[in-house]
Amino acid sequence: MTIEIKTSTLEPVRNTFAHIEKRFGDKPATRYQEATYDVQAETNFHYRPYWDPDHELNDPRRTALVMADWYAFKDPRQFYYGTYVQQRAKMQESAESSYAFFDKRNLVDALNDEVKTQVIRYLVPLRHVEHTANLNNMYGTAYGYGTAITQALLFDGMDRLGVAQYLSRIGLLLDGNSGDALNEAKQLWMQDPAWQGMRALCEESLVTKDWFELFLAQDLVIDTLVGELFYQQLDRKLSAQGGQDIAMLTEFMQEWSKDTGRWVDAVVKTAAAESDANRVLMTGWIERWRGKAAEALAPLAEEMLGAEALSEALAELDKRVAKAGIQ
Amino acid sequence: MAAKKLSLKDKYSLLTRDLDWEFSYQDRKEAFPFEEFEGIKITDWSKWEDPFRLTMDAYWKYQAEKEKKLYAIFDAFAQNNGQLNVSDPRYVNAIKLFLTGISPQEYQAHQGFAHIGRQYGGVGARVACQMQSLDELRHVQTQVHAMSHYNKFFDGFQNWSHMQDRVWYLSVPTSFFHDARSAGPFEFLVAIGFSFEYVLTNLLFVPFMSGAAYNGDMATVTFGFSAQSDEARHMTLGLEVIKFLLEQHEDNVPIVQKWIDKWFWRGTRLLSLVGMMMDYMLPNKVMSWQEAWEIYFEEAGGALFKDLARYGITMPKYAELVEKEKEHVSHQTWWTFYTHGHAAGFHTWIPTDEELDWLSEKYPNTFDKYYRPRWELARKLEAEGKRFYTKALPQLCTTCQIPMLFTEMDDPTQISYRDTVYKGERYHFCSDGCCDIFNDEPEKFVQSWLPVHQIFQGNCGGPGVEQVLGEYYKMNLGADNLDIKGSPDEKRWKQWKGVA
Repeated sequence: MTIEIKTSTLEPVRNTFAHIEKRFGDKPATRYQEATYDVQAETNFHYRPYWDPDHELNDPRRTALVMADWYAFKDPRQFYYGTYVQQRAKMQESAESSYAFFDKRNLVDALNDEVKTQVIRYLVPLRHVEHTANLNNMYGTAYGYGTAITQALLFDGMDRLGVAQYLSRIGLLLDGNSGDALNEAKQLWMQDPAWQGMRALCEESLVTKDWFELFLAQDLVIDTLVGELFYQQLDRKLSAQGGQDIAMLTEFMQEWSKDTGRWVDAVVKTAAAESDANRVLMTGWIERWRGKAAEALAPLAEEMLGAEALSEALAELDKRVAKAGIQ
Repeated sequence: MAAKKLSLKDKYSLLTRDLDWEFSYQDRKEAFPFEEFEGIKITDWSKWEDPFRLTMDAYWKYQAEKEKKLYAIFDAFAQNNGQLNVSDPRYVNAIKLFLTGISPQEYQAHQGFAHIGRQYGGVGARVACQMQSLDELRHVQTQVHAMSHYNKFFDGFQNWSHMQDRVWYLSVPTSFFHDARSAGPFEFLVAIGFSFEYVLTNLLFVPFMSGAAYNGDMATVTFGFSAQSDEARHMTLGLEVIKFLLEQHEDNVPIVQKWIDKWFWRGTRLLSLVGMMMDYMLPNKVMSWQEAWEIYFEEAGGALFKDLARYGITMPKYAELVEKEKEHVSHQTWWTFYTHGHAAGFHTWIPTDEELDWLSEKYPNTFDKYYRPRWELARKLEAEGKRFYTKALPQLCTTCQIPMLFTEMDDPTQISYRDTVYKGERYHFCSDGCCDIFNDEPEKFVQSWLPVHQIFQGNCGGPGVEQVLGEYYKMNLGADNLDIKGSPDEKRWKQWKGVA
C-alpha cells in the first residue's frame, strides 16, 4: 500500500525560463539546464577590454573554431557547481581515507628504495605539469565562449590544482613532511635533462593563444599521454616492484581521468562533427601537439618504462582521436 | 620515522606555493602579459599572504556540504509552495530585480576572476582568485535555482538571460561590471574585490538577504546564509589585495587611490537601486537606506579608511556628498521607476499610508518636504483613473547610465547635470563624480552602449517604445510591466489566498 500525502497543488504559469523553453520545449527543466544554457551574456558590450582591444569582453572569435551554437558542448556528466562539488567531495573522501591509512600504517616504510626513488623522480614532478594544466584550463574558462564549455573548463582547472596538491602530499608522505622530496622533484623539473622536454612543452602551452587549440593540446593530447604513461604504465611497473601501495595515492587521479575523459571526448566529438572546417583545423592542431608531446616525453618515457612505452601511449591517443571522428 | 607536524600555513605553502617556476624556454611575460600596463609595480609576489589556505580537497568537502543543505531547502520550498508564505506579492518584485540585475553580475564576477586567476604572476594570488571565480559561478547558479520556482508562478523572471544585455536600467549594473572586466587585472581586483566586495557588499548582500528573511522568502534567505561564508572569504581577499598592492611599492598608492575613488563613486550610484528596493519594495522593512549607509559605510567604512591611512590612502572622493545623498536617492530612484513603470520588467506602486508614515519617520529632513507631495499627487491621479506614466525617454548619464534623476544636494528641486566636450562631442553626466571618471578615461566611456541613445538610433527595434519593450527586450507587456494593481501577479495571488 502506498501512502499519499496530500499537498496543495497550484497550477504553474510556466515550466521554466524563456530561453530554456526555446531550446527544450515547454516542460520542467533540469537544474543543469537552468544553470548552464544562455547564462553568459552575448551582446551589447559597453567597452573593449584594455587587455584585448581587438575583441569584445565575451567573444567567440578568440578561437579559430567555429560553432553555430556554443551550447552544443553539453557535459555528459551534467556538472553545474552543485553536482560538481558533490561528486568531487565523494572522491576526496575516499582519497582522504587512503592517504590517512597510508600514513597511519607507515606504508612508506614498506616501500623499497627503488620504488621511492622512482616516485620522487617521476611522479612528484608531475605537480608542475598539473599546475600548467590548471592555468591552461583557466585560460579556456576566461576566454572561451558559452557557459556549457567554460564551466566545465573551470571544473577541470580546479581539479588540476587538487591533483597538484595530492601529488605534493605524496612527496610529503615520502619525506616525512620536510619538503625535501618536493625540492628534489623541483630540481629535477628545472634541471634534469629527462624532464626538460616536458617543461619546455608546458611553457609553450602557456603562451598559446587560441583557447580551443590549447584545450586540445592540454586536455586531450598531453593528458592522454601523461595519464597512460604515469598513471597506467608506471603504476603497473611500481606494483610489480613491490610498490602497489602507491596506487592508493593515485586512485584519485585514475578515477578523475575516466570522469573527465568522458567530457573531453564529448567536446572533441561535437566540435569535429560541426563542420569539415572544424575537423581540418582540429586535425592540424592535434597532429602538431601530438608531435611536440611525443618529442617532449620520449626521453622520459624511455628512461622510466623502456622503449615501447611511448608508442603504446600514442596508440591510445590515436584510438581516442579516431573514436571522436578525427582521422 | 615519525613525520613532523605541519602547521596549516606551512602545509598550504608546500602544497601550493612552489608549483610555479622560472621559465627557461619561453618569455614568462608572454605567459603573463598584462601585469605591467596599469603602472602597478609588483616587486615580490611571494609576499602575498594567502588569506584562506584552503586546499581543493577541503574546498570540495565544505562546499558540497553547503550545497546539499541548500538544495534540500530548495526542494522543500518547491514541494510546499513556499512562495505562498511571502509577506505580500509586491515583495517578489525585489527578487525579480535581483535575478535580472544582480545574478548576471555574479556571472561577470566569475568571468573576471577567471581572467585574473589566469593572469597574475603569483601562484598564491592566482589560486585565491580562481576559487573566487568558482564561488561566483556557484552564486549565479544557486540564485537561478532559488528563483526557478518563483518563475513558475510570477511574471518578470522568465527572460532574465535575454534582458541582461538589453534593458535600459539593467545597463547600470551590466556596464559597471563591463567597466571592471575591461580594465587591467589590478584595477579589476580593486574594483570588485575591494571596493565592491569589501567596502560595499554589505550594502547589497545584507539588504537583499535580510529583506528575504523579513518577508518570508525562505529560498532566497537560505541562499544568503549559504553564501555568507563565501562572501567572508571574498572580503578577506579584497582587503588582502589592497594591503599587498600598497605594500609592494609606494608608486602604487596614487593609482590605487584613483581606483578607490572611481569605484566608490560607481558603486554608490549602482547602490541607488538597492536603496529604492529597501525603502520602497520591501513590504516588511529591514531598515532604511539611510540607516544602512550609516552603519555599513560611515561606521564600518570609516574605520577601514582610518586603518588604511597609514599607507597614505584617504576617504574616497565625494564621500561627503553621498552623506547628503543618502536622504534622497532612494526616493528619487523609485519615483523614476514608478513614472517609467510601463518600461520596467517588474511592478511598481504607490507606497501605502503606513509606508508613507514610515518614510516620514525615517527621513525627517527630506521626505515630507520633497517626496510625500509627489506620492499624494500620484495617488490623486490614480484615483481619477489617470495613473501617470511618462511618455518621454530619459537622458542617461554617460558613465553610470542612470537616468538624470539625481538632484543637486543644496537644491533638491534642481536636477544635477554636468557635461564635457570630448573630440567635438558633448557628453552628459549626473554628477561631478561620473564626469571625473569620464574625463580620466574618455576613450573608454565614449564606447558606452547607452540604451536610450541606442533606441533613438534604431538599434533596439522600434520605432515605438512598445516594440522596443515587447520585441527587443522581450517583456510580456501587460504582465511583466505596469502597476501591481490589476497585474496578473496580483490576480493570481488573490486567487491562491482566496480573497476577491
